[in-house]
Formats: sequence, structure tokens, C-alpha cells
Amino acid sequence: MIIAFFGTGDTLADFSNEALRYMSIVAGFALLLGVISITQVSAGVVRKREKDWPYKIVLLLCLFTMAGFGIFQGITSGTVFEWLFENIQKPMMATMFSVLAFFIASAAYRAFRARTVEATILLITAIVVMLGRVPMGQYVYEDFPAVANWIMMFPSVAVQRGIIIGAALGAASMSLRIILGIERTYMGRG
Amino acid sequence: MLAWVDSVGWVIAAGVPGLIRTDRLNALVLLIVFSIVVIYFIRRAARGEKLYVRPLAGLQAVEEAVGRATEMGKPVLFIPGTGDIDEIQTIAGLSILGLVAKVTARYETPLLVPVLYPMPMAAAQEVVRESYIDEGKADHLRPETVQYIAGESFSYSARVGGMMLREKPAANIFMGTFHAESLLISEVGQSTGAIQIAGTAEPEQLPFFIAACDYTLIGEELYAASAYLSQESKMLGSLKGQDLVKMIIIFCLLAGILAVTFGVYPEFVVDLFTAN
Repeated sequence: MIIAFFGTGDTLADFSNEALRYMSIVAGFALLLGVISITQVSAGVVRKREKDWPYKIVLLLCLFTMAGFGIFQGITSGTVFEWLFENIQKPMMATMFSVLAFFIASAAYRAFRARTVEATILLITAIVVMLGRVPMGQYVYEDFPAVANWIMMFPSVAVQRGIIIGAALGAASMSLRIILGIERTYMGRG
Repeated sequence: MLAWVDSVGWVIAAGVPGLIRTDRLNALVLLIVFSIVVIYFIRRAARGEKLYVRPLAGLQAVEEAVGRATEMGKPVLFIPGTGDIDEIQTIAGLSILGLVAKVTARYETPLLVPVLYPMPMAAAQEVVRESYIDEGKADHLRPETVQYIAGESFSYSARVGGMMLREKPAANIFMGTFHAESLLISEVGQSTGAIQIAGTAEPEQLPFFIAACDYTLIGEELYAASAYLSQESKMLGSLKGQDLVKMIIIFCLLAGILAVTFGVYPEFVVDLFTAN
């Protein structure tokens, strides 16, 4: 794949694309392992009547109902699978996503408590950016949007790029360790 | 060998169709230099040279966190990111999982590893099994230690949040790729009072982890973690090589800033640092 990235010609590119396609196929089969894992763990809890075992029955019912309708009836518009997805799963996912707003508020409250010099700088910067991003900000001070943009465009981007460059080098170094067979801890061999 | 560049920038060698994309030649040169430097330091480390790696507070806290969980008789929860196995951050997360699993096996502390995708699940099961065998505690490994949760991140967050509230782990360790679920998971963990250690190379998720966790490994520290925890000389050597290349890049950046500021640079220098 490295050679395909730097090389020319269709043969290498085709080989690279083919390898990626194989990975998708393997991932599809690996999904079966996931289903087996959920079933084994949940069935074990139900069998031993461990804490909260009725919820595991609900989990298994949902899993096999969705999978059953998906496999035997399909997932296109008008199917039971699609109805279950649109009316049950999607609203539940949206609910989880909405909870994020409250978690951001609680995390921000902790992060912005002005206990140290750094936290105070963070607090002031955050207030300026927030005021610069809402219509009310420019009525308080007309240059708030410009200041907020400057903070986002320069100090923020500079820090992010620093992290990205460091992370890219770290990833390359780790890849090299894996290719050379030095890094084996991801296979459980330290 | 004769060579010339055609209209799309590919090297046409004599008698051979295009070999190398010249528009990516700068990246190839950087890759070769990087590889040479890293391999040089790995060889130096293999010869027994002592290398210093600065302490990483987040990693020093791992053993402390597992010890605390053991004293409290509570489990340790480890999430190897929410990316699939083709992401290098997931591999880094699995490497750290192997080393954490050794500590939990040694202290006979329960370990929970909820996983988002099936392929990392299979890899995590193998990593944890090997670690328990290495510590001679294979009989302490429970089938539900590594479990598949869901292939969708919000369903996964809901299940992991529930797991945190019901099982009350004393330590939560998050290492790998994270997306929108980072704060959903870490805030719930924070509310349970667990020690939380996170590591990711996703710049967008770092502020959330910094706000919600006790220790956070930033960017490259995640990739250095397995080398740091294992203290294997060859792996530490690669970190030294990486640091030297980083110094070269910092020097190039400073030179570039000065050149652009004073407007004294030939045009080809800009092409030299352009990514394609």
C-alpha cells in the first residue's frame, strides 16, 4: 500500500483497492463474532439469573427481531426493519446525542472554574469566543466577532497543527515498529 | 538511467512506464529520512545504550489506578477507542490494553473491555488472553471481560454509560480513536468518581477528555505509551528517532516562518513542502 501511494500505474492501485475490499469482507464476517459475543454474555446472565437479567432478554429480543426482519424482509423503505429503525432506533440515538449538550455544560463548568492562571486564561478566552459567535456579542463590543475569529484562526489552529504533526510522527513511528516486528504488544506479546 | 517528467508529473524512466509520482516525492524523501533515523536509534538502543524518556503522568497513574481498583474491590474499565482495527490509534489502544491487562491479572482485579466493532473485539480478546496467560492467571479470565456492545456509537455510549453506573469501575481508561461519544462516556465516568485516564490523537476530542478526565495523553503520547509502559529498549529507541525528526520539522517550520515573514524564498521551496 505504501508503494501504491508513491508509485504509478493501475496494477498497484488495483491491488491496494482489492486489499481494502477484502478487509470489508472480513469485517462483515467478523460481525458474526460480535453477535456470538453479545448472545453468549447475555444468555449467561439470563441463565444464572444475575442482576438485571430481564434487560438481557429485552436486548436479545431486540437483536434477533431487527436482524430477522433485516435478513428475511430486507431493509428498504416500507419494511418492518426500516419502520423500527426510523421510529425507535433513530429517536433513541437522537436522544443520546441531545444529552451531549448537558454534558458539555457540566464539563465546561468544571473546566472554566478560575482556580489557576491557566484556567482563568481559558475562561476569558472562552467567554470572548462565545460572545463573538452569538449575535448579542457585537452589541456588547463590535469587535468581538473579529477577536473570536482571530482566536479560532490563529492560536487555536496553531495548537491543533502542533498536535497533528506530533501525532502523525507518532503514528509513523509506531507503524515502523509494527512493520519491523518490534511492536508486538497489540498481539498480547510484550 | 534516463528519466524525464511527463505532463502529470510522473517520472518516466527509460523503457519503463511511470515509476514514482514526483508530486509526492517530498513525502517519500521524508519517509525515507524518518525510517533511517528511527532504525538508527533502534539499533543504538539494541546495542544497550541507555535512553531517557520523560515521565508521562498519565501512564504512571495506570498502575496506581489499578491498585486503587484492587483495594476497593471494583473493576477496571478499558476502552481501546471507538475506531475499527484499520486505525493506528486502535492498535495503540490494544497495545496499552495488553499491558494494563497484565497488571489487572497480577492483582486479580476484574477487567471490563466493551468494544464497538467486532474486529477490535477479536483482537482485544486475544491480547487480554495472552496477558493473563503470561501472568499465569488464565483461570481468572472471564468470558464477559471483552464484549461486543454495538456497531453504532450512540448505542455504544448508552451501554457503556449504563455499565459505568451499574458496575461502578474504580478506574476508567480510554485509549484510542474517539468521536462524539468521548464526552458522553467520560462525563458519566466522572460522575461515578472513578479515576479516569484518557489518550487520543483526535484534536477535537482532547478538550472534552481534559475537562472530564484526571490524566490525558495528548496526540503522540498515545503512540509512545506502549514503548513507555513496556520499557523495551528498541521501542524506546524509536521514540528518540521520532524526536530527532520532530526537531528537524520544527527547524523547517521556523525557517519557513522567517522566510515568509521577510519574503525571501525561492518559489520551488514552497513546492517542496506542499502535500499532494
